[in-house]
Amino acid sequence: MAEEKIIKKVATRESYGNALKELAEEFPDLVVLDADLAAATKTGIFKKAYPERHIDCGIAECNMVGIAAGLAAAGKIPFVSSFAMFAAGRAFEQVRNSVGYPHLNVKIGATHAGISVGEDGATHQCNEDLALMRTIPGMVVMCPSDDVEARAAVRAALEYEGPVYLRFGRAAVPVINDRPDYHFEIGKGTIVREGSDVTIVATGIGVDSALGAADMLEKEGVSAEVVNICTIKPLDEELIVNSAKKTGKVVTVEEHSVIGGLGSAVCDALCKHYPVPVCKIGMQDVFGESGSAAALIEKYGLDAKGVYRTVKEFI
Amino acid sequence: MKNLELQKTANEVRKGIVTAVHGAKAGHPGGSLSAADMFTFLYFEEMNIDPQNPQMEERDRFVLSKGHTAPGLYAALANRGFFPVEDLPTLRHLGSYLQGHPCIHIAGVDMSSGSLGQGISAAVGMALAAKLGGRAYRTYTMLGDGELEEGQVWEAAMFAGHRKLDNLCVIVDNNNLQIDGPISEVCSPYPIDKKFEAFNFHVINIDAHDFDQIRAAFKEARETKGCPTCIIMHSLKGKGVSFMENNVDWHGKAPNDEEYAVAMADLEKIGEELEKAGE
Repeated sequence: MAEEKIIKKVATRESYGNALKELAEEFPDLVVLDADLAAATKTGIFKKAYPERHIDCGIAECNMVGIAAGLAAAGKIPFVSSFAMFAAGRAFEQVRNSVGYPHLNVKIGATHAGISVGEDGATHQCNEDLALMRTIPGMVVMCPSDDVEARAAVRAALEYEGPVYLRFGRAAVPVINDRPDYHFEIGKGTIVREGSDVTIVATGIGVDSALGAADMLEKEGVSAEVVNICTIKPLDEELIVNSAKKTGKVVTVEEHSVIGGLGSAVCDALCKHYPVPVCKIGMQDVFGESGSAAALIEKYGLDAKGVYRTVKEFI
Repeated sequence: MKNLELQKTANEVRKGIVTAVHGAKAGHPGGSLSAADMFTFLYFEEMNIDPQNPQMEERDRFVLSKGHTAPGLYAALANRGFFPVEDLPTLRHLGSYLQGHPCIHIAGVDMSSGSLGQGISAAVGMALAAKLGGRAYRTYTMLGDGELEEGQVWEAAMFAGHRKLDNLCVIVDNNNLQIDGPISEVCSPYPIDKKFEAFNFHVINIDAHDFDQIRAAFKEARETKGCPTCIIMHSLKGKGVSFMENNVDWHGKAPNDEEYAVAMADLEKIGEELEKAGE
């Protein structure tokens, strides 16, 4: 029997809650807002430690975003928390007009993004948030791939002055960035695996799938370079363009609609600087459905096997 | 300031409103004029602000939730010395800092607003920040009566009442007219006072053009502890300009040159009467 490697798994929403708690002492202006979902978004971890700095706004996300804007205008650093569907979807216009336009120091911690929400089904599976948030001028948009990156992104968001959108997931995902030389910077991507035949640009849980696909491709003599893009905006165009120059072919992987998210951002950059064929893996203009996270990821071709199959067809 | 001085100042603010909207060839004079006395009282009497130091940390905050009446806010700020009165006619012009709706980057403007229903939430956030930080500043916000049709207003009211934000004062400009007609016919928010009471506000009804009542209402609001206050001011849309008064057509339309001359003559006449009254 082959020895199985034990891989630690953590949901990035858990990382979010833990990071908020860990950073609270260092950032006394940090306050956390939630809309009756503290248990699910994991801001409950912060609430337990700092109850007076946790503000439950009730089930009223639009008002919550506005309150965060007012808190920020008065010097606080509010983290607004809800499911991505409600933070980026329902409250889109509030984020645009009350946070984005005045460029206030509000951080949006959106959990339960994408189809890995699972059983709740399409109404709660937000595959549009990256697209929506990218369109707001001055908004930083991040989608961490694991526990290490999620905690680093929360710190970076705190240290950055201005609006930030952070995307977290519900399901536990493998820790892939746990290495001594790991360094996080807003706007910087990372080559997590070098290769020469095809570039796979991935974000969020897509990074782990891309790495798995690269292993499978290697066995067939295909050398795939894997680029982890946590910051969708501002995008590390230089890194992506340089990789494209090396491989000549690009595949993008995201747990999001192929319209408007990472794939579109990568195409924008490549169209401008170095046009090469691009294949976008993601939700192909369809709604999700109920099912387990793992089953959905597999069905919609976002697991390692799915990415492997699509890359093979593409190259 | 004595009432007569406030009345004279409010008349200058009204001239500023008409001049700004005429200069812009667009904008919202009706609801700016209905709230001109309130803008004047807030910036010349009620609020702790400093035109020389607009970002003063412990200043009182004001959010114009009914942001389309920016001409009223700008005219009050200009007359108070935040920026030159001469700049008012540049309203809405390309390159002017006087944006069509309030923008946080303008001296004296505490929040960008204009998408209805959103300003009150930001004001609630500012009041909450004061409570969390043990700070003494007060927060004021002004809403239109038509704006009360936005659901977010009631989300904000529920939160403010729940959190007992007694450092928050919500002002409703009840001129009874919105773009499509009387608010009672479009989608009635009446009874407004009962609604805010139901959300645990202390409610005060006043005449929007009576400085004694405005003064007394703010005193009562400051003395009210344990809940936010809502001042419902019953106003006349277009107040001060004869042909604009209680006429919904002037909700969002600029006067042409001839109309502008008539409007300014109306306001000059009011000014002269106020001068005589002072003699």
